[in-house]
Amino acid sequence: MEFFKKKTKFPFMGTRKIWYGLSVLLISVSLLSLWFRGLNLAVDFTGGLTIEAQFPTETNLDGIRGAVEKAGFSEAQVQNFGSSRDISIRLPPQPTLSPAEIRSRVDGALLEIEPNVKVSKVDIVGPQVGAELRDSSVWALIATVILIFIYVALRFNTLKLSVGAIIAALHDPILVLGFFSLTQMHFDLAVVAAILAVIGYSLNDTVVVFDRIRECFVANKRATPVEVLDEAVNSTLSRTVMTSVTTLIVVVVLYVLGGPALQGFSAAIIVGVIVGTYSSIYIAGAIALDLGLTAESLFPTRKKLAIDDMP
Amino acid sequence: MLEFPRWKYTIVAIVLVFAALFALPNVFGEDAALQVARKDREAVSEEGRASVETLLRGNGVTVSRSYVDDGRLMLHFAEVPEQLKARDLVNDQFAKEYVTALSFASRAPDWLRNLGLRPMPLGLDLRGGLYLLYQVDVNGAVDQLLEVYEQDLRRALSDADVSFTDVQQVTQDSERPNGVRVVLPEGSKTDAARDVIRRILPDLAAAQVNTPTGPALQVVLDDAKIKERQDYAISQNLTTIRNRVNELGVSEPVVQRQGVDRIAVQLPGVQNSAEVKDILGKVATLEFRLVDIQNSVSDAVQRGRAPIGSKLYDTRDGQPTLLKRDIIVTGDQLVDAVTAATDSGPGVSVKLDSSGGEEMLRTTRSNLGKPMAVVFIEQRREEVEVAGEKIVRDIKEEKVINTATIQGVFSNNFQITGLGTNEAKELALLLRAGALAAPIFVIEERVIGPSMGKDNIDKGTKALLYGMIGIFIFMAIYYRTFGVVACVVLSLNVVMLAALLSMLKAALTLPGIAGIVLTVGMAVDANVLIYERIREELRNGTTPQASIARGFEKAFSAIADSNVTTLIAGIVLWALGTGPIRGFAVTLCLGIATSMFTAILGSRAILTLMYGGNRRLTSLPI
Repeated sequence: MEFFKKKTKFPFMGTRKIWYGLSVLLISVSLLSLWFRGLNLAVDFTGGLTIEAQFPTETNLDGIRGAVEKAGFSEAQVQNFGSSRDISIRLPPQPTLSPAEIRSRVDGALLEIEPNVKVSKVDIVGPQVGAELRDSSVWALIATVILIFIYVALRFNTLKLSVGAIIAALHDPILVLGFFSLTQMHFDLAVVAAILAVIGYSLNDTVVVFDRIRECFVANKRATPVEVLDEAVNSTLSRTVMTSVTTLIVVVVLYVLGGPALQGFSAAIIVGVIVGTYSSIYIAGAIALDLGLTAESLFPTRKKLAIDDMP
Repeated sequence: MLEFPRWKYTIVAIVLVFAALFALPNVFGEDAALQVARKDREAVSEEGRASVETLLRGNGVTVSRSYVDDGRLMLHFAEVPEQLKARDLVNDQFAKEYVTALSFASRAPDWLRNLGLRPMPLGLDLRGGLYLLYQVDVNGAVDQLLEVYEQDLRRALSDADVSFTDVQQVTQDSERPNGVRVVLPEGSKTDAARDVIRRILPDLAAAQVNTPTGPALQVVLDDAKIKERQDYAISQNLTTIRNRVNELGVSEPVVQRQGVDRIAVQLPGVQNSAEVKDILGKVATLEFRLVDIQNSVSDAVQRGRAPIGSKLYDTRDGQPTLLKRDIIVTGDQLVDAVTAATDSGPGVSVKLDSSGGEEMLRTTRSNLGKPMAVVFIEQRREEVEVAGEKIVRDIKEEKVINTATIQGVFSNNFQITGLGTNEAKELALLLRAGALAAPIFVIEERVIGPSMGKDNIDKGTKALLYGMIGIFIFMAIYYRTFGVVACVVLSLNVVMLAALLSMLKAALTLPGIAGIVLTVGMAVDANVLIYERIREELRNGTTPQASIARGFEKAFSAIADSNVTTLIAGIVLWALGTGPIRGFAVTLCLGIATSMFTAILGSRAILTLMYGGNRRLTSLPI
């Protein structure tokens, strides 16, 4: 079986204005949403407390909310988590109460509603630790982007391809962040890990396409840059799509079967793989082209020869 | 045309055999087990093992397997009730000698265990347990030291009849107090005060400064000294917590320093955080006492009580000792204890504060040549059953940890000698473990229920299994025979990954499993790159065998490249992440390494075996 039986000849470069427009639109929506709605940061980053509990029967969220409020936590977020029997309670940091005190009050409130409730997980994160995890996550993102930038710059010895790759690599995490902001899905440490993996992953598609661009410039000396880039993207298309499909297969399985703890993680990767594939096909090469990528910028020695040949 | 040198086959074969061997312990599952360790942390002897087993057999508990592993006796049971019964029996009978911990132990046969092969350890999110992150108040440790300096100087100056206006803490080029200043009356000479300071604080230089009220001498702790003090506080607290965790009877606890001033504690299987925090935060202390040499120990033991003015103690190995009731010095007066090389072999150098020093001076002056003992006192909480009801009571446990002869007159600085190297190290640890050098408080706490852990394992493995099946089906349809080869290679990849994780003893976490699943999805990429190239070559009219060879050659740089970027992300994550997230980074990075190996060498070996010999090959099932 093959997705593309014949060699495809999609005019990716000719239509690039449309894709730029789409990307600009998506990025704007993402940034606006991040600015106005922000992320639904998990207790990992905000500090505070999360209790996950399992009830033997379907839960009555309002009842639980009321009980927790009565225990003195009016800012508690109570929601179902994974199934209608599982709930998660989130509290902001409580500077005046000791963790043990918070725990016993919440436990008390839950036990009052249902004596057979089982607390399955408790996370208590001090505000200081939360702030640090937030900082180190931001640093991890920055460090990854910088290191990858250095790698790409060394790898392609031309700024035009490097910039294309970096913009594509920035494009993807912004859209993933936008997705998390729009859906207000829980944004925890695992999601940060997923976003880092997405940056690496999406770049790997781009690198494969760029490698082929270089090859095509060598193989087809008379073709215009637009033709070469189209040729490169088309000839790697099957591989790009294949790899995304296989990755998507496992991540979708992970999303469905991996349980609530991995849902944010797998959602981030699913979105990341989709936008990563899109940006490698439509964006990375196109930007290099608009920056004026030609055979000369890849193989500067030939430029001299060309000048020498002039009468 | 399509060849694969023999030595490469050999490498692939050897690696796969080792991978299979290292991954093997993971397939046997686990038994309910009881871990029995000696309280003094010596290895459990064969006799010890025999006596425990006899006890259990005598009470109708069947031990399915037993062996001494890493100094600890592991007992396997077929059922959890038997495990619990065995724990109660051992705890009742050998409470003084052993600590027990409920655990799960691999069912892997002895020969694997004897080869040092173990299944990969599971992270807390998969086993269930308690994670605590303590913040050590290192500034508090410095404050505490300055207070001691201040007190000592006041006392020493008064004793030496040096008149002074004040002794105060100073803050110099720092946000917090970092020195002590002795202010002298106007016009007085500084020499006498300088001598006193030199005697009390020999390793700090006193500088003269002029204050409105008169000349002053001040010593300031430089950054190195402050750091030394803070490090001391942290390592001492680490020791204290580690000792206490060992007392908890938890199997495979982890206590480690994290960052500059934090201590992370991982306690698998523990659910009750309040109780644990109580124990880790409890107070233990030390006493120095003279040994009663006038009365006979055996008489006292026989009579069951000590003569007046003395008290009967046990040493760590259970020997009775008679000590005087008067305490010379307590652990509160201990400032520092470190191992030191002395003229008569390894020893422990102890530093007391000035009141302790004075008392010590007085005692040693009049008791030269007599033995002195160090008593370790611990407050502990224990749950006991009284008349069918469980009650919690505080227990004070006192043990003589060392006895030594007073060789000379000394005050606040002295050495305990006559010890072996390890003994000295341990004594210094115990002495320091006596009191906390700085306050600690919990800043992060995570509890994962045991059923949640099991649930996570089930969900993770299920996702891995179905993910792989999905990819197998897809690859087999898309690349036919070559796709099947990719599936074989992919399975080998998972085996190798499991082998590496077991070998490195890297804890498997839920994000770690997610990492494996993701790696499986991405590892196919290398095969896809190769196969797409082969198809392209075939399309261009290259012969089948040459197509395979060129496919591998041409795809190599793209494979290497594409992995580098993911590796960068993985390494950053490993460097900045903690706990479960680090587990993800580890599996991601290792997965990249194994998938490179299996896709490039493994699949080439298989394809060459299949198609290398057939020269008349006209088409490929790809």
